[in-house]
Amino acid sequence: MVGGGSAGTALAGAATLRRPPRILVWSTNMISDPGIDLAGSSHLHYPPQVVVISLPCTSGIKPAWLLRAFEQGFDGVFIASDGDECGYLADCSRRSAGIVAEAQAMLGRRGMDGRRLRMAAICSVCAEPFARQVREFARAVAEMEA
Amino acid sequence: MTSRRIGVYICHCGGNISDYVDVPAVVGAVRDEPDVVVVRDAMFTCSDLTQQEIFSDIVEHRLDGLVVASCSPKLHTFTFREMARRAGLNPYEYTQVNIREQCSWAHTDDPQGATRKAISLVRAGIAGTRGTRPLEPTVVETTQRVLVVGGGLTGMRAAIGLADLGLAVVLVEKTATLGGRVGGMGPMFPHGRVGADLVARLRDDIGRRPAVTVLTGAELVAKSGTYGNYHVVVAVGGERRELAVGQVVVATGFADYEPHIGELGYGMPGVLTLPELVSRLDSSHGPLLHDGRRVGSIAYLYCVGSRNEEHSHCSKYCCSATVHTALRITERNPGARQYHVYRDMRTYGRNEEMLTQSRRRGSLYLKFADDDPPEVAREHGRLEVTVRDLLSAGEEIRLPVDLVVLVTGMVARQNRELVDVLKLPVGRDGFFNEIHPKLRPVETVVDGVTICGTCQGPKTSAESVASGLAAVTHVGAMLKRGVAELDPQVASVNPEACNGCAVCVEACPFGAISMVGAPRPAGGGHRVTPAEAGSGEASPGGLVAAVAATGCKGCGACAPVCPTGAIDLAGYTDAQVTAIIDALAMDLPGPEGRTGDVVGPGGARLRVAAEAPAEVVR
Repeated sequence: MVGGGSAGTALAGAATLRRPPRILVWSTNMISDPGIDLAGSSHLHYPPQVVVISLPCTSGIKPAWLLRAFEQGFDGVFIASDGDECGYLADCSRRSAGIVAEAQAMLGRRGMDGRRLRMAAICSVCAEPFARQVREFARAVAEMEA
Repeated sequence: MTSRRIGVYICHCGGNISDYVDVPAVVGAVRDEPDVVVVRDAMFTCSDLTQQEIFSDIVEHRLDGLVVASCSPKLHTFTFREMARRAGLNPYEYTQVNIREQCSWAHTDDPQGATRKAISLVRAGIAGTRGTRPLEPTVVETTQRVLVVGGGLTGMRAAIGLADLGLAVVLVEKTATLGGRVGGMGPMFPHGRVGADLVARLRDDIGRRPAVTVLTGAELVAKSGTYGNYHVVVAVGGERRELAVGQVVVATGFADYEPHIGELGYGMPGVLTLPELVSRLDSSHGPLLHDGRRVGSIAYLYCVGSRNEEHSHCSKYCCSATVHTALRITERNPGARQYHVYRDMRTYGRNEEMLTQSRRRGSLYLKFADDDPPEVAREHGRLEVTVRDLLSAGEEIRLPVDLVVLVTGMVARQNRELVDVLKLPVGRDGFFNEIHPKLRPVETVVDGVTICGTCQGPKTSAESVASGLAAVTHVGAMLKRGVAELDPQVASVNPEACNGCAVCVEACPFGAISMVGAPRPAGGGHRVTPAEAGSGEASPGGLVAAVAATGCKGCGACAPVCPTGAIDLAGYTDAQVTAIIDALAMDLPGPEGRTGDVVGPGGARLRVAAEAPAEVVR
């Protein structure tokens, strides 16, 4: 399954990734995951290197998990949060933002670009916004130093 | 980790998955995964036949884990959990992997990428399943009272049905009277029953049932509690009434589409919507008049505000309602010329008979193309409709008429407050979303909230009542058991790892975590009293956090705040999520430029590939 034009592994220290960036998305069972489902149901395309882990609430994400994703080779992590729609927590956005900030600080200490971790609210019908956001994020990550 | 016996089933979903994902390749890729003892593909994993096959495999291969890779977990988690339970496998040992909505359908442009992604997703599903353990739901008694929101036809019928099942009902209606839209209607298709009479009968039926409490001029303003035992607040007449209910049924109805001024002549004298025409007919007797003169000709323009960019749906009742109205006008204004300018005619079922009858009685049908709607103009004080009629070879036809009726459909009601209070799932069309239109047609993803009637999409009155009764059946089946099973996917604290800091107690929005005396790991016997523990620094042997399973809603927000990693959410444990991340990352080229050992959570040394595989993703 070697890609024709874009062959060649990325080299350490290369300016940009030579392969499509791998993006790990965190979604929520009730809100953003249905939105991501809708993107698929609507046949809105985004890169297949985008994979999703769904869990009840983004406030339950451990910063260590985010770090783990990068250590295992993901190039970007996207948190599809519930914004103000979270069914559990009125202050979900604040808590999730805190988790992101903590993980970004950990990335910074490892010399990594904090922009590789992004969070945006994706509602249960945000099919188009999701597809657009991850496409754009994949592009942005691809342009970051590998 | 002890070894497991996992069965993996990959679905073709007809071709919805296998048209883009190479299913045999996925089967081949995961066949040799550790702990996997059986892998099969199936045309439809949800079919009875395949479920029976999985059932047999569970028994025969003594499976202790199950992975089904098919559609979104929103559709069939329940199906496969129940199947697992029947086969003797704990339902929580099963994992649903979404390779349709989040794979085949999202990557129809890239079959290779989709296949590769499907393999990753299934591997991740297997990795997560390795960490499952049997979970038993907490059983609680339920409140034998139902809150019905919306006192229209559907809500009234549901209230009666619930009361007849022996449940107490509180019927909350925002306006001053019960009856809703149907209450204001005259004869309705197909039987010509008068809406107001129908509603009057239901009102009498409710009056005869002391189990039903009706609150008019009332609104639901808050909901809290757990499955089967909710605490709701209803604002009525300036006061707040607090009620304990076991379930909430939402039947808040629809709104009519309001044409924009100028849309097909709307705003001109003589141009009105179907509901406006019907209301004129209902409130008068004898011939229909316009400007004091008997109406001699009418043009009905169908699909106004429907099946377009703004509202993509078909309201499916308006064709029949219009034909029915035309028949009424034939009675009241004999000889009136009636032109039906339509896009597609949907007088389904027996309503087709009305269509035939209307044609026999002089209604003329003209069909316009989707991209060529009719035009309405007013010339010399006379309305004129111009249409290119596909039934007469696209000929342009001008229809001078007395009235132009815009056949408008149903749209979702604006109900922001209720959506906020109940966290109702709203679809792209603005209507409330059921879990599955066929399989779970009145349930929502919000526990304890059932929807019915036109709040979930356009329906005829008969269909609305049927859906109200479906809600009755669903709610009755749940509440009449007397007990409810709470989702066991809740948080738990490992008391041996807890340092007693109590940060999680603050973090829990449901007050489900409290500090309790720690069971001493070795020999034990000494239980620390609150006074003892509160006197000094938290330490092992002091108080530890404990989660009340009945209060925990399973959000997991307590897990990240724990400084010692002592909290896990069942189904999403640290070990499981970590394994899932690793499995998803497995197909990646190595983490170039970031090699070396990294200290992971809990001090574990993470394995980092020293050498990147030479394979390129796509």
